[in-house]
Amino acid sequence: MEDGTRKSGDLWSGIALGGLGATIIVQASHWEYSSPEGPGPGFFPIWYGIAMLALAALLVVSQLRATPGDAKAVDWKRIGRAISVWAALAGSVALFKILGFVLSFALLTYFIVTVLYRRPIRTAAIAAVASAAGFYLVFDWALGLSLPSGMLGF
Amino acid sequence: MDILTGLLNGFSVALAPANLLWCFVGVFLGTVVGVLPGLGPPATIAMLLPLTFSMNPTGAIIMLAGIYYGAKYGGSTTSILMNVPGESASVVTCIDGYQMARKGRAGAALGIAAIASFVAGTVGVLALMLVAPPLAKFALSFSSPEYFALMSLGLALVVLLAGRSIVKALLAALVGLWIASIGTDLFSTNSRFTFGRMELLSGIDFIVVAIGVFALGEVLGNMEVREETQLLQVPRGLRNLLPTWQDLKDCRFAFVNGSVIGFIVGTLPGGGSTIASFLSYGLEKAVSRRRDQFGTGVIEGVAAPEGANNSETGGALVPLLTLGIPGSGTTAILLAALVLWGFKPGPLFIPEHPDLFWGLVASMYIGNVMLLVLNLPLVPLFAQVLRMPVYLLYPIILGVSLVGV
Repeated sequence: MEDGTRKSGDLWSGIALGGLGATIIVQASHWEYSSPEGPGPGFFPIWYGIAMLALAALLVVSQLRATPGDAKAVDWKRIGRAISVWAALAGSVALFKILGFVLSFALLTYFIVTVLYRRPIRTAAIAAVASAAGFYLVFDWALGLSLPSGMLGF
Repeated sequence: MDILTGLLNGFSVALAPANLLWCFVGVFLGTVVGVLPGLGPPATIAMLLPLTFSMNPTGAIIMLAGIYYGAKYGGSTTSILMNVPGESASVVTCIDGYQMARKGRAGAALGIAAIASFVAGTVGVLALMLVAPPLAKFALSFSSPEYFALMSLGLALVVLLAGRSIVKALLAALVGLWIASIGTDLFSTNSRFTFGRMELLSGIDFIVVAIGVFALGEVLGNMEVREETQLLQVPRGLRNLLPTWQDLKDCRFAFVNGSVIGFIVGTLPGGGSTIASFLSYGLEKAVSRRRDQFGTGVIEGVAAPEGANNSETGGALVPLLTLGIPGSGTTAILLAALVLWGFKPGPLFIPEHPDLFWGLVASMYIGNVMLLVLNLPLVPLFAQVLRMPVYLLYPIILGVSLVGV
């Protein structure tokens, strides 16, 4: 396997989608394929699972056969930034029940401003407080949409 | 006569104070969204969709459509001032628009973009009004085989919307089908892919997927890099934004070209405003007497794509409202919005909901006038939006997305 090909994002997403296709086929094989009334609950998933597996295999093979120059290498630094935002977002959602929306969102903003955009702590703190307060005022107070509250009651 | 009656009825709906307000909110938000690189109309509409559930559907569709075509006006601002397209359809505007700005003609470029958008946008709505009702009438004769063919066409469109890789497009469509089949099977009441979770029995809401794909996807994509761009000076005063008489004369064909190409490409499912703007630019360059100067700051090179970009909106609404087929990400969200409000876009949509259809058409005429007023004298104000730091913008988008979900 050439270096450029190994680093290709298409190769890794092809492998992941192939795995998903296989999982769908395995799951769907436990459901009824057809019934006297017509196709059963397993009919459609089995076929799109097979199609997914076949297309994913095609993607992987085309990447393996590509010349190193053709494959676009994964920029892990960029991907890392995106994944860290996604993880921070997921973390803040998980904290809703404990801290509530306002505090969780303030923490998320603080993380993005300080860690990802390398702004001073003071700027990040002001941005976090102001944006969280803005959300509370607009959605909870003005529009009457109750934002998820935490143990502190807001 | 039917059209005239419908249009008059539409104006009586669109001119109701509440609908006028929603139209203004839509075009204003659309302009802001268009100006901001990294936040597109699909993401904005997806984020705001949950907030429209408590609204009157007519006001809601008027507002969401306003965001759709308003963003196309705003998209040219960053193309001209920063060489960064606010929307994918404004990519081609960068070529001559930015060069005009560098030569000190940013005002004329912004002005002609707004005027071309207004002219072609209005022609697009006029064509929508003339084409949609007869097409819907024709589609009324459809029965099961034709509907099956339409559904197949809708799924096949994924290939057209895909870009370069058909394999990746089909894989994305299959992932979509998988997400859609999570939950309880309607015919057998079997639960599929729920992994024993009660929350998944009713499936995954479209709005959750839409916000995830459009809003979060866009933010995550933009946050991969920490980029900063330089904003060129925006001329102040209406006089500095108005193109000269000679400019308007030079753009005569560009207005026609943009209007016609934009609408035709818009009606083709999978066409899209990006293709329309490139085609229009290509045609303008091919027929121009000064084709060798294109790329150096030629005003027709701004007028033609911006016109096509806006005329495309009217065209794109034809298959959406008469056949229920969306041709782009934004029209897909609009389709979902209509379905979520309890409507069924298709051949029966116009006869069953004339107020909604004609109200939307009339509001688009009004919205285009509002946008011309907003985008000529107020463009320096909108350009100030670009000074908002991205480290503040992205958390806000994430927050609105979370509230929406």
